[in-house]
Amino acid sequence: MITKPLTKNIDMARGPLNISDYQAVDGYQSMQVIAKGLSPQDTLELVKASGLKGRGGAGFPTGLKWSFVPQGDNSPKQKYFVVNADEMEPGTFKDRLLMEGDPHLLIEGVIIGSYAIQASKAYIFLRGEYTVSERALKKAIDEAYEKGYLGSNILGTGFNLDVILHTSAGRYICGEETALLNALEGKRAIPRAKPPFPQVSGLWGKPTIVNNVETICNLPGILTYGVDWYHGLTKGQDHGTKLFGVSGKVNTPGCWELPLGTPIRELFENHAGGMRDGLELKGFLPGGGSTDFMLPEHLDLNLDYDEITKAGSRLATGTMIILDSGTCPVGMVGNLMKFFSQESCGFCTPCRDGLPWVDEIFNEFENGCGSEKDLEILHEHVDYLGPGRTFCALAPGATAPLGSGLKYFAEDFHRHIKDKRCPYKH
Amino acid sequence: MTSSGLIASSVTRARKLSAEELNEIEHEITLYADKKAVGLEALKIVQKHQGWVSDESLLAISQYLDIPGSDLEGVATFFNLIFRRPVGKNVILLCNSVSCWIMGCDEIKDYIKEKLGIDFGETSEDGEFTFLPVPCLGDCDRAPSMMVGDNLHRNLTLEKIDEIIQQYRNQ
Repeated sequence: MITKPLTKNIDMARGPLNISDYQAVDGYQSMQVIAKGLSPQDTLELVKASGLKGRGGAGFPTGLKWSFVPQGDNSPKQKYFVVNADEMEPGTFKDRLLMEGDPHLLIEGVIIGSYAIQASKAYIFLRGEYTVSERALKKAIDEAYEKGYLGSNILGTGFNLDVILHTSAGRYICGEETALLNALEGKRAIPRAKPPFPQVSGLWGKPTIVNNVETICNLPGILTYGVDWYHGLTKGQDHGTKLFGVSGKVNTPGCWELPLGTPIRELFENHAGGMRDGLELKGFLPGGGSTDFMLPEHLDLNLDYDEITKAGSRLATGTMIILDSGTCPVGMVGNLMKFFSQESCGFCTPCRDGLPWVDEIFNEFENGCGSEKDLEILHEHVDYLGPGRTFCALAPGATAPLGSGLKYFAEDFHRHIKDKRCPYKH
Repeated sequence: MTSSGLIASSVTRARKLSAEELNEIEHEITLYADKKAVGLEALKIVQKHQGWVSDESLLAISQYLDIPGSDLEGVATFFNLIFRRPVGKNVILLCNSVSCWIMGCDEIKDYIKEKLGIDFGETSEDGEFTFLPVPCLGDCDRAPSMMVGDNLHRNLTLEKIDEIIQQYRNQ
C-alpha cells in the first residue's frame, strides 16, 4: 500500500522523474480514471469525501472551496485554476521539496483541479527565487503537453487545459490569494475586499480557485487509489498525510511526509533527532512564522488541525521552528516582527503603521532601551493588529508569535528591561 | 498627455526596446487575458537583458503595453526583485528570516559586509557584487542560506563564504 503519496517518488540525489518514469509508478493514472467517465461533479464529490483540507496555512476544506465555483450554462464560461506556489512563510520549506522533487505530481494535480471546476487555463504562481523549481516545472509542463495530458481534448474527454508558469518577483503578500490575483493581473499585490470571493469573481473577474502546491499534490492519489485508501492514511482526525518540517538547532533538521495525527514528539525526536547537545527545547512555532508559540509540554499533542487549534496555535504549514534555550525569545519574535513589518503591503493603516512601530520597539529591547511602557504598547498591538482589525491576515498573523511570545516569555522581556541588555548576548 | 498618461518629455526619454526584449514580451502577452497583466513580466525581461530597470526602460514598457507610467512604477517599486537602480554583476540575496536568524545569519551578514565593504542595499566599488536581504528562502533545514544570482548556497559558514565569493570573482 502507498503510505507516502506526496513523496514516494522523491529522491533529491537522483532528481525528479521524467514523465515516462513517472507514468511507470502510477503517474497520470488519475487521467485514465477521468477518461473512463468520471465527471467533473464526481471529481469534486470525491475530493469532498476525502476530507482534504488546504495545506497552505488556512486549512479550509478543498472540496467545499471548489463547490463555490458557479457551474452550469449561466456561469461564466472562462474559469481559472491557480496554484499558489509563492512559498515565503518564514520557516516553511515544503512546497520547494514537492516542486523540485516531483514536479509531475503537481501538474497531474493541476489537471484534476482544473477539470473539477472546468477551468481551461491554469496559472502556477511561483516565487521568483525558486529557480530550481522553475526549471523542473517547465520541463514537466513541456512533457505533459507532448504526452497529451495538457492542450486540447485531453485523452479524448473534450476537456482543454493550458498551464502557464508565472514567476513572481518577491513580496510575501503575494501568498494572500487575492493579492496573488492582483499580481497575476499585473497590479501591485495588495489584497482585495472579500466578498466577492475569488471562487465567484477572481482573476479578471472570473471564477477562480487558488490552491496551495501541497494541497494539489494530494489530488492524484485520491483519484488513483480512492477515498477509502486516503482515509486509511491518517493516524488522527484529519485525513491524509502532510509534509512536516523542523528547522532550528535540532540534530537533523529536515522535511518528512507523515500521517496527520502523528505525535509532535515523534516528529521532533525521531525525525529531527531532538535538540543539539547542550541545548534544551524552550518553545516552538508549529506551522511557520504566523503561528502561536507552543511549549515543551505540548510535545505529546498530535499534529492535527483541531488539536493544535485547541492548544492555542495553528498547524498551518506544518513546518516547526524551534526555539532553543540558547536563543533569545525576544530576538526571535523581533526578527519575525521585522519580517512582517517589511512585508506589509502598506494598504491598510493598522498594518502599515502598527508593524513598524512594533519592530522599532523590538529594536529598543535589543539595544537595552526597552521599558515597561514599551511592553504595554506591544501588548496593545496584539489587539490593534489582531483578527478583524485589518484588511487581510498578514498583521493578525504577526500577532500570533507576538501575543504568545509576550505571554510565554514574559520573564525574558522583563530581564531585557531590568538588565538594560539582551541577557543572551555574552 | 498621451494615451498612456505620459507627459511628452517622458515619451522622448523612453529607450528603444530591443528585438529580443520585444519578442519575449510579445510571447508573454499571448499567455494572459489582458496585455496590461504583462507589466511585471516585461520589467523582468528588461532586467534580464539590461541588468536593471532604468527610467528609460520603464517608460518604454509603459508605452508598449499602454500602462500609465505611474502605475508601472508602482508595480516596479512594489516587488523587491525588480531593481530600479544599477546592481553589480552578482546579486547576493542573504536570507534573514527566522530560521536563518536562529542559525546565525547575522554573523554571515557581518562577515560579508566586512569582506566586500558593502552593507545591505549597496554595490561593491568594482561592480562585482550587490548585497541585499531576502525574506525566507524556503531552505530552512539547511540554514543559513543565500542566493547569488540564480544559485542557492546552503549551510553557510564563514569559510564557505570565502569560497563562494572567490568562485564568483573568478567567473
